[in-house]
Amino acid sequence: MELWIAIFAGTMTAATPLLLAALGEVVVEKSGVLNLGIEGMMLIGAAVAFWLAISGWGLPAAFVGGALAGLLSSALFAALALLFMANQSASGLALAIFGTGLSAMIGMGFGSQPVATLKALDLGGLSDLPLIGPLLFSFDPMVYLTLATVPAVWWFLTRTKSGLILRMVGESPENAHAIGYPVLKIRLAAILFGGAMAGLAGAYLSVAYVGIWVENMTAGRGWIALSLVVFAAWRPWRALAGAVLFGGFTILQLHGQILGLPLPSEALSALPYLATIIVLVAISQGRKRRLDVPASLARPYRPGA
Amino acid sequence: MSSKDQTAAGAETPRLELRDIGKTYPGVVANDAISLSVAPGEIHAILGENGAGKSTLMKIIYGAIQPDRGEILYDGQRLSHNSPAQARALGIEMVYQHFSLFETATVAENIALCLPGRMELAQLSARVGETAARYGLNVDPSRMVADLSMGERQQVEILRCLMRDPRLLILDEPTSVLAPQAVEQLFTVLRKIAEGGCSIIYISHKLDEVRALCQSATVLRGGRVTGTADPRQASAHDLAVMMIGGDLPVTEHPPAVLSVEPLLIVRNLSGRPLGDQGRALSDISLDLYGGEIVGIAGISGNGQAELAACLSGEATDLGAQMQLLGQPMPARADARRRLGLAYVPEERLGRGAVPGHTLTQNTILTGFTAGLIRRGMVRYAEARARAAAIIQGFSVKAESPAALASSLSGGNLQKFILGRELALDPKVLIVAQPTWGVDVGASAFIRQRIIDQSRKGAAVLVFSEELEELIEICDRIHVLSEGKLSPSIPRAESTKALLGSYMTGRGDPLATKEAP
Amino acid sequence: MALRIEPRRNVTTMTRLLAPVTAVVLTLLFGASLFWALGFEPLTTLYAFFIGPVTTLYGISELLVKAVPLIIIACGLAVGFRANIWNIGAEGQLIMGAIGAAGVGLFAPAGLGMLLLPLMFLAAMLAGMAWAGIAALLRARFSTNEILVTLMLTYIAGFILSWLVRGPWRDPMGFNFPQTALMPADGMLTPLDPRFRVTASVFFALLAVGLLWIFIAKSFAGYRLAVGGAAPRAAGYVGFSEKSAIWTGLLTGGAAAGIAGFYEVAGPLGQISAVISPGYGFTAIIVAFIGRLHPVGILLGGLFLALTYVGGEAVQVSYGIPAHITRVFQGLLLFFLLASEFFTSWRIIRSGGPV
Repeated sequence: MELWIAIFAGTMTAATPLLLAALGEVVVEKSGVLNLGIEGMMLIGAAVAFWLAISGWGLPAAFVGGALAGLLSSALFAALALLFMANQSASGLALAIFGTGLSAMIGMGFGSQPVATLKALDLGGLSDLPLIGPLLFSFDPMVYLTLATVPAVWWFLTRTKSGLILRMVGESPENAHAIGYPVLKIRLAAILFGGAMAGLAGAYLSVAYVGIWVENMTAGRGWIALSLVVFAAWRPWRALAGAVLFGGFTILQLHGQILGLPLPSEALSALPYLATIIVLVAISQGRKRRLDVPASLARPYRPGA
Repeated sequence: MSSKDQTAAGAETPRLELRDIGKTYPGVVANDAISLSVAPGEIHAILGENGAGKSTLMKIIYGAIQPDRGEILYDGQRLSHNSPAQARALGIEMVYQHFSLFETATVAENIALCLPGRMELAQLSARVGETAARYGLNVDPSRMVADLSMGERQQVEILRCLMRDPRLLILDEPTSVLAPQAVEQLFTVLRKIAEGGCSIIYISHKLDEVRALCQSATVLRGGRVTGTADPRQASAHDLAVMMIGGDLPVTEHPPAVLSVEPLLIVRNLSGRPLGDQGRALSDISLDLYGGEIVGIAGISGNGQAELAACLSGEATDLGAQMQLLGQPMPARADARRRLGLAYVPEERLGRGAVPGHTLTQNTILTGFTAGLIRRGMVRYAEARARAAAIIQGFSVKAESPAALASSLSGGNLQKFILGRELALDPKVLIVAQPTWGVDVGASAFIRQRIIDQSRKGAAVLVFSEELEELIEICDRIHVLSEGKLSPSIPRAESTKALLGSYMTGRGDPLATKEAP
Repeated sequence: MALRIEPRRNVTTMTRLLAPVTAVVLTLLFGASLFWALGFEPLTTLYAFFIGPVTTLYGISELLVKAVPLIIIACGLAVGFRANIWNIGAEGQLIMGAIGAAGVGLFAPAGLGMLLLPLMFLAAMLAGMAWAGIAALLRARFSTNEILVTLMLTYIAGFILSWLVRGPWRDPMGFNFPQTALMPADGMLTPLDPRFRVTASVFFALLAVGLLWIFIAKSFAGYRLAVGGAAPRAAGYVGFSEKSAIWTGLLTGGAAAGIAGFYEVAGPLGQISAVISPGYGFTAIIVAFIGRLHPVGILLGGLFLALTYVGGEAVQVSYGIPAHITRVFQGLLLFFLLASEFFTSWRIIRSGGPV
């Protein structure tokens, strides 16, 4: 029983960075922009947050700093994708490569110094309840905050006029421009939001999930988050489901030996990546899904060009 | 001009007055010294052929383009707007030929996006319903635009403008997406709008429509005003002279000598739609003989794209019983081409030609079946020579075979593509929208070359939304409506009324006999 | 007065060259300021990074050792990129190629002599193709996004490598280091000069460049791929198969990456260990872009990016600047290239206001 509770708790914390990054990317892609650079933005966010944490700025500052770092790095991508109408795949890739290098440079001095990680929220008696306590009321505040972001993003995209405008910019920037909406500003806002979310995801990884600096510590989570967006058909609730699923695979890898799975540890480590491929294949089957894809995804646009 | 119109014009300040408008682009004078005046509640035609400068002028009125010269007076006030948003704030609305609706949103959401303030969809839907009823429009606010026909989308576009209480409504070639009967309904709606005091500018190149609807007309040719008229009074001949400097050029149409066996046979072709807005074909049978031109009439979206794709081989998964030149139809487009089929698609840039490639490279696109490839290598010198020959033979305005396809105007690119396909001397030729966006002179040239190819023994199938064009060049015509093909209608019996009745799916009870 | 942009009608060789050259210059300028910000004398550091390493024959040899895999892989990737097939997982294909070569080298019966190297070459190429072929199969059969699949496969390849060198293939005499035994002598390329590490692989890199040139500039297959990349609907219109473009694009990249893996195993590495490539597969993507998918461009781009590797190592040794600066430079180079390309494909013009 204890093991299963640990697996559930681990799943939720492993899902949190994936979900943060994926929710950000949902908004970015709904505006018609494909930012492949999540991995880079997460790494930069992770490094900056870790640096703030070991320099004694406190964890709130670390998270804010991580988000800001992600936001700033996404601005680089925005300049290429929006201003210079560059190929978005290539621009995202550049960001991923750049982020890998920059984060490693920032992290050079961290050594193997640990930081005090984010603590679980103390909800008094609630956390002490049997079963329900450890299952529902013993997470750190970022987990709850991330879960709250799901309905917020859903509500924004489907129930508000601003969300409608954002989605329409992703469907046809030409039409949105024709009826007077500032396409580039809207897309910039979406990209910056996605960058901040990815930065936050990286911060969570370094100062809440792991607690020490490891080079390339995202280990492909940025790319998995991208796959999640496709898996989720650009819908926040399904992103939550997907993140939990992938979080589960990550945890399975940690607990695999305990559970007595007769596999080498490398096979278990490869599981989340293998699962991503399988899931991608499974979801590319449906024909109806084409309607979910933002019609102008990854197509460069500038008014009047 | 009637006396009533004169008093109306004299008593009121014109809603819109243009004085000496000029706009020059590098190498082109788009508009030159254009003046005109539109009274409140007047339906005013801007008449001109493709390339006459109509669109530039409309975009100037709508604020999307700034004129180099001249002034615009709106209700007597000098107008210095420089964006469509400002134009709309003043009550100027425009319905573009290609709609600006969002397909993944509902009608109500589309309208809400054009209105200021918060989005209250329930309340808005009620208001939309009221306005629609007042003008006789039939629109359900809760439907997704993707599910609407082209005609319904146009109603949504117009409704979207009406929700903003316009004082000047500009419509750009609005009937190109409508069947003849739907055109009549549109005119009724427009007359109602005008009765309410809103002025309408109606851009068209179709003389009969302008004569049926408009109270005044300004005719453009080569960017200049070549005349003004009351189209209800002026003869078609007079308007044509103003518009193109003479009567419409006619094509030579010698009698058809048919081959013994059909070159293309289609039997009971059915299939699912292409894309989200396609139309499934249902049980289509068609024989195409050498020496004849057969037309496929109908509004796009009724299965035209699907039928063309099935015949060209782009849609390989649409199973069918087809024969090409007496052989079973090969599955792939390149194999069909090797047998002697050629195809000029409706979409020129991006499908008929690769935009970023030179004309030489674009010659290889279909010329690979005819001697431009040897042992897996491209013979670029031969391709260049062939491109040069096409440029010369079809008077394509291009600097050289090294010009990029994207640098050619629509009409010139169409001449190039048609020339490229005819250079293959096809036995079966399929052409979609041969003269769409092409000026009158080039249109006549293109039509003549299509006729000539058929009279050399080729079987030709022409898809067109322009009934006049089909009636002019085809030996017989089928109407494709809602995925079904009408019986064949011989040229002599083809009238717009008859074709129109098939287009609306009603058909003509008298026209049941099958053509040869 | 507003600024407007419009497409350039004539893209000349000059404007084509402009973007990569501008990008390199901007990267150098930025690099200098970065060194300055880190507290180093910018010009001398820049010299130590970009010029110093190639002032000796040994340095040039090391540059070539790094440039060879980059150029070979980039040539393969360029084929796919021209068709808009985004193989981002060349790193994984390189790993699988290296595993294939090492597997033959370690386990082939002794006494194959001259045959061993060609067999290793073949195994590496096939392994790389197979790994890329998974992505091709999934894309062609299920339209699964090849970017994500090739990337995920790269991580998986890393785990396979790690399992092999820690488990079944670990050198029993290797003091428990995660690495295999050395290749037999027949499975090693002899350096061109005993003093240096560079081998005959440089000639293969030149051959790859030549083959790419023929493919792009002369062959009908290359033409079909280019049409599919530039205008997919035009390719459909004339019946150029999208599936064969997917297979060609991915398999060529996989083969090239696999071959690069072979040259690493049979050349400078001589064995496989837990880490066998400093990200050649990813850097080769930048090489392909900076070379504008053109063979000569790739040749020059490969040399330049190889320089960022040796330069990074040089400044780490002499100034203690972290070698990760290499990745920063590479990312920046791609940023600047993408930005500069804007100016070669668009013109900025003043739109005439009302007079």
